[in-house]
This record gives sequence, C-alpha cells and structure tokens, in this order.
Amino acid sequence: MKVLVDEEKCCGAGQCVLVAPKVFGQRDDGIVILLDKEPPEELHGAMREAVSVCPGYAIWLEE
Amino acid sequence: MTADAVPTLPISRTCPYGPRPEHRQLREEAPIAKVILPNGRTGWAVTSHKHIRAILSDPRFSSSRRNPGFPTARPNAPPSALKPLMLELDAPDHGPVRRTVIGEFTVQRMNALGPRIQEIVDQHIDAMLAGPRPVDLVQALSLPVPSLVICEMLGVPYADHDFFQTRSSTLVSYKTTQEELTHALGELTSYLGKLVAAKMENPTDDLLSRLIQKQRENGGVDFGDLVGMAFLLLIAGHETTANMISLSTLMLLQHPEKLEALRQDPSKTLGAVEELLRYFTIAESALGRVAREDVELDGVTIRAGEGVLMLANTGNRDPEVFENADALNIDRGARNHLAFGFGQHQCLGQNLARMELQIVIDTLFKRIPGLRPAVPLETLSFKEDASVYGIREFPVTW
Repeated sequence: MKVLVDEEKCCGAGQCVLVAPKVFGQRDDGIVILLDKEPPEELHGAMREAVSVCPGYAIWLEE
Repeated sequence: MTADAVPTLPISRTCPYGPRPEHRQLREEAPIAKVILPNGRTGWAVTSHKHIRAILSDPRFSSSRRNPGFPTARPNAPPSALKPLMLELDAPDHGPVRRTVIGEFTVQRMNALGPRIQEIVDQHIDAMLAGPRPVDLVQALSLPVPSLVICEMLGVPYADHDFFQTRSSTLVSYKTTQEELTHALGELTSYLGKLVAAKMENPTDDLLSRLIQKQRENGGVDFGDLVGMAFLLLIAGHETTANMISLSTLMLLQHPEKLEALRQDPSKTLGAVEELLRYFTIAESALGRVAREDVELDGVTIRAGEGVLMLANTGNRDPEVFENADALNIDRGARNHLAFGFGQHQCLGQNLARMELQIVIDTLFKRIPGLRPAVPLETLSFKEDASVYGIREFPVTW
C-alpha cells in the first residue's frame, strides 16, 4: 500500500496525526508531512481511517 | 411540494442531548429537506451524515455570513463591524488565512501544551477542594480552564477573562437583543484593537505577536484582520470546551460503569472524549452554508442564494454510520463524527479541545472520586436558546 498526500488540500486539522502518528506528522505551519510512504500491513486499517476522517480529502491510497 | 407546505424548522433541543424527533424524521424521510429556516427564510435542512459531509466539503457552498441567503440564527443579524472572519471566508481567500494560524494548533503543539493545561486544571481543582460545597462546576472549572488556556495562547491578560466570558455568552445566546449584541461586539472589538496595537508596539511570546510578525514578513500588517482573528479565537475558545466539560462530567456521573472503566484504564479517555463529542455535538449551529450556484444533490436542486443548515447532531446519530447511534459507547472508536464540522473549515482548535477534555476528565474524577451532582438532575437548566449547547449551572459536591 502506498500513501499519497496533497499539501494543497491539507487544512491542518491533524486528524491523520491522531490516527497514525508514525505515518503522518505536521510541519511547523501545520501542513501534513508523510513520514512513511509505504506503511506496514498492521497500519493499513489506520490508513483507511485516516483517508475517511481527513476533512480536506488530502490523503489517498494506492493498493 | 407547494410553497405553503414547507415546514418551519424547529431548532432548540427538546430532550436534553439528542436531536429533536422532527429532525430524526427528516433524516429518515428527506435528508436534504426544504424548510423555513430559523431566520424566517426558505432554505434547506440537511440531516444525514453523508450529505452533511458532502456539502461541508463542496466549494459550491459559501460560508459567508454576509450573504443575504446565509441561514443566520436570528431573523436580522446585525451587520458586523469586523472584517470577514476566517470562518466566513471561501476559497481561494480562506486557505492562506488559515495557514497563518494552523501551525499554532498542531497535534505536536497541543501535546507540548499538555503539562501547562494539567497545571491549570490542578490549580482549579485545588481551589474547589479548598472551597465551600456545593460549588458550581461551570464557574469553578468548566469555564475558567479553557478561558485561561486560550488567553495564555493568544497573549490576553487573564485579569480580563471575566470580560470575555460574559461577552462570549452574550454573543452565543439567542435571547440577546440586537442592541446588546451590537454593544458586546463593540466592547470586544475596542478591547482587542487596543491589545493588538500594544502587541505591535511590544511583541511578546504569544500567538498574536507571532501573527503580527508573520504579517510583517509577508509585506504588511492588517490591523482589521488581526482584531478579527483574535476575536474569533477567543470566542471559539470560550463557550465550546467549557460546555463540553460540564456535559461530559454530568454524563459520566450518570454512567458510573463508564466512569469506572476510565478509572481502570485511562488510555480509554481519549476515545471517550471522541464519543462524548459525537454524542453532544454542541456547536451544530455553526454549520450553515449558502449555495453560490445551483447545486444538484441526490435528486434535490438547491438554488443559488439559498441557505443550508447542517443539523450535525442528527447526522452524528445517523444509524447508517454509527451502530446503535443513540447509545454513548466510550469504546466505539469512531472519529468520523461531525462535532468539529468537516471540510476546509473544520475546527482549528479541535486538538486543543481534545487535550483539555482528556486532562479534565482524567484529573477531576481521580482527585475528587466522590464527586456527585448537588441537585436533582431534573432541575438542571440546559442552554436550549444558545448557539452552543450546554448546562447553565451545575452544582456539584463530594
């Protein structure tokens, strides 16, 4: 599974960081940073949750 | 449907926490329904989770309170003396403004603020324990904690927090007359103008001073924008978390088995906070929009200029999304609720709110294990007439 983020769509709510702090972080200005582009299988459920809770639709997955 | 068959949307809550039966009925029968809005105009009420999310993330809907079609809570909202606030802006104006402040509210920043919030909560509980019983939880803990935190973040002297608390309450109450509203707005704007001017002169280590610095780096300070941002963050930081603290405390006292589960395993508190946010959805009135163009949605046509009110409390009890949606289940683990809204305007302070609620819940019941309501619960008065739901006064003892 590959994780992709769109910094332009990110509104810095931080929901993804709460769901998966090992995969998502926030820059000093609040915008998402992808820490792990291909997270291990045990985080795949969390990735789907991150996609569903992102208020800016800024995260998507390639499986 | 003929024009005279359009039902008037009742808005105040009837059963203490849940949606009105009329709103549930709309969700089942017409999740995007033509109604007479609280401001007397014809518009739309949206009650299903998926449609609320769809509209809140659709740029064809505007957040501008100054658009005459906006579903304001009052029949004649007075013109604001302030420049449009961040929550009123649409793309492409909104993003750059939000980006000047989101860095102040990241998960990391909120985690770093945790120890200070803990200190503030402990001081207020110390004072409760040292003081007379019963005590009003709203005044002793629920209001001062978020008030002190947001004042410190912004760089507002806490000595002035009473001034903000009373005026915040005035602004969110539907009982406030237009004159009172204009007066409260004027007082706040004038105070914040002086504060911003002082920080331009003597910057300190706080959000407002950093915002001034950022504006300087980007080519010039906009005084009106700064006052507007200070206004928005202060007001948003007062009534919301405060009401959630009171309601959450009441709810957990009514469900001792859930409270015991949290005591046994504090790692569950954050999940419980999420569920309490969903369950109460206290700020649904903030979720209005107005169509910028004609929009077709699931067989309904919303015309340009029509107001749309998202009834998020009803959407957060949508059985399509939440199993046994009317039950408070602290192990539910559902973050996809609408309590903070959705889309580009989703609550900026949500991680601050989560942190404050988590610390208060963990600390209050640990330090005052015998905490209980001091009055029969049926005598409690709820804020049915305010745009942010809550309890007016909550006498507790131990």
